[in-house]
Amino acid sequence: MGERYFQPEIETASREQIKAWQDERLVKQVRHVWDSVHYYRKKMEEKGLTPDDIKGTEDLHKLPFLSKYDLRDAYPYGLLGVPKDQVVRIHSTSGTTGKRVVAFYSQADVDLWSDCCARALTAAGATQEDVCQVSYGYGLFTGGMGLHDGSQKVGCMTVPMSSGNTERQIMFIRDLNATILCCTPSYAEYLGESMKEMGLTPDQIPLKAGIFGAEAWSEEMRRDIENTLGIKAYDIYGLTELSGPGVAFECSAQTGMHINEDHFIAEIIDPETGEVLPDGQQGELVFTAITKQAFPLLRYRTRDICVLSREKCPCGRTHVKMSKPRGRSDDMLIIRGVNVFPSQIETVLLNQGYPANYQIIVDRMNHTDTLDVQVEMTPEMFTDNMGEITQRQKKLVEGLRNMLGLTAKVTLVAPKSIVRSEGKAVRVIDKRKI
Amino acid sequence: MSVKQISVFLENKTGSLSDMTQVLAENSIDMRAFSLAETSDFGIARIIVDDLYKTTTVLKDTGFVHTVSSVLAVAIPDVPGGLSQVLTVLKEEQVNVEYMYAFLGGKKNSAYMIFKVAGHHKAAAALTARGFRLVDQDELSEL
Repeated sequence: MGERYFQPEIETASREQIKAWQDERLVKQVRHVWDSVHYYRKKMEEKGLTPDDIKGTEDLHKLPFLSKYDLRDAYPYGLLGVPKDQVVRIHSTSGTTGKRVVAFYSQADVDLWSDCCARALTAAGATQEDVCQVSYGYGLFTGGMGLHDGSQKVGCMTVPMSSGNTERQIMFIRDLNATILCCTPSYAEYLGESMKEMGLTPDQIPLKAGIFGAEAWSEEMRRDIENTLGIKAYDIYGLTELSGPGVAFECSAQTGMHINEDHFIAEIIDPETGEVLPDGQQGELVFTAITKQAFPLLRYRTRDICVLSREKCPCGRTHVKMSKPRGRSDDMLIIRGVNVFPSQIETVLLNQGYPANYQIIVDRMNHTDTLDVQVEMTPEMFTDNMGEITQRQKKLVEGLRNMLGLTAKVTLVAPKSIVRSEGKAVRVIDKRKI
Repeated sequence: MSVKQISVFLENKTGSLSDMTQVLAENSIDMRAFSLAETSDFGIARIIVDDLYKTTTVLKDTGFVHTVSSVLAVAIPDVPGGLSQVLTVLKEEQVNVEYMYAFLGGKKNSAYMIFKVAGHHKAAAALTARGFRLVDQDELSEL
């Protein structure tokens, strides 16, 4: 069986063709942003730039960067690129200090995003014969609806499961003969373990492929999932700021993710100096969205550290490949697919009158990320009344849930027990073996 | 008439109780009564000591979070139904018991209970009126 493409003329286009698209679309996009996004226009003006200075991708490096901080400063509508009546949807993810990032989509933006997801699904072998179970969360999170739209575009019978309720997940996979599964890798692993416990062998599980993303996972985890479920497991990459999953996706070669370069131009920069690095060198991934209308981010710093490769891919796709992110150039954690910044946790603690002395311990138990926030007890907080302390603990858990969108465990620890190294406390301990 | 109790915050971790008692031992502090309340991740050690001032000072110096509160110490007739008699009085007075714990004094035939109640003075007055003996700090130190 040969490699299947959703849009072969694009996915296997010549490098010259891809560059021609990028040049043309970038010039047009810069003009669009200049005309409609005052926030970015100001940034360009500060550098003495006008749209005329950008004649093609060679000039991309001249443009100013955007970061999470800009998204916070411009919240909520500052980076909107179209009149509000053109916006048909939003998605949202957590920001650095509690202000969420809200991304806007016009109908055309939703369409190009679903094209990207459809390419990923097709690369994983999906056709209209398939039953695709989408077990990412639906809602503000991009995972659910992104893959859902992509799956429908491919013509799969799409099962909008959303996350949770493992028993029902397994029932639908078996009863409907689901062949494609989309969810986070840790949930895939959990589903696999659950089915194994039920005595199901891989040949009794109808699934043949899975698309797993939104969190870090290792090669070992991939093999593990592939063996328990009897499938081929594909990685997918994306971020809400750029639409969602599908910015890049893995092909059958499983040696990196093809970036959809007709929509997104990728650069690798030195996170310290901002200088563009040559292909093959490790650095921070920066994306420029050249087709998106409603949320047209130029040179957006993802903070993901990775490497780009233009080596010829056996799958036939010509688009550049990115490695799995090898780390972050900031302190963001991804816990159960949710972006978490230590600063958000600090904000909640301070709001509730706790000292800013805390430690975050992230671990993975039973294939699920756990978040434990340790807070030092102070004389001011302490009372002889157990119920009162427990109540306050609950309030903190509640506050963290509101801020982060996930449930954390709060542990009260003895004063001065949080390790301080050279005056600076170690804020995050990530014990996950990924 | 009341007794001062020290409540100490203890992290739920191997050795944290031992660390506290060691501090008390090193400073020759004698505990008169002791009780431990715990949840799955922290505990409160409630102690009554011979020297309140010295104890709170060393706990502070060694970094133990603590607080001092007033509790009732009641001498209980060491006979069947002894505790029940005390609780009957509290029930009649509609006084809610938050927690209580027992300890044995040095004197023969007397048991003592520590009560933390909502309505300390009301309870103390009612118990005294009904002939129960409340123990004060000095007496407790000498037990």
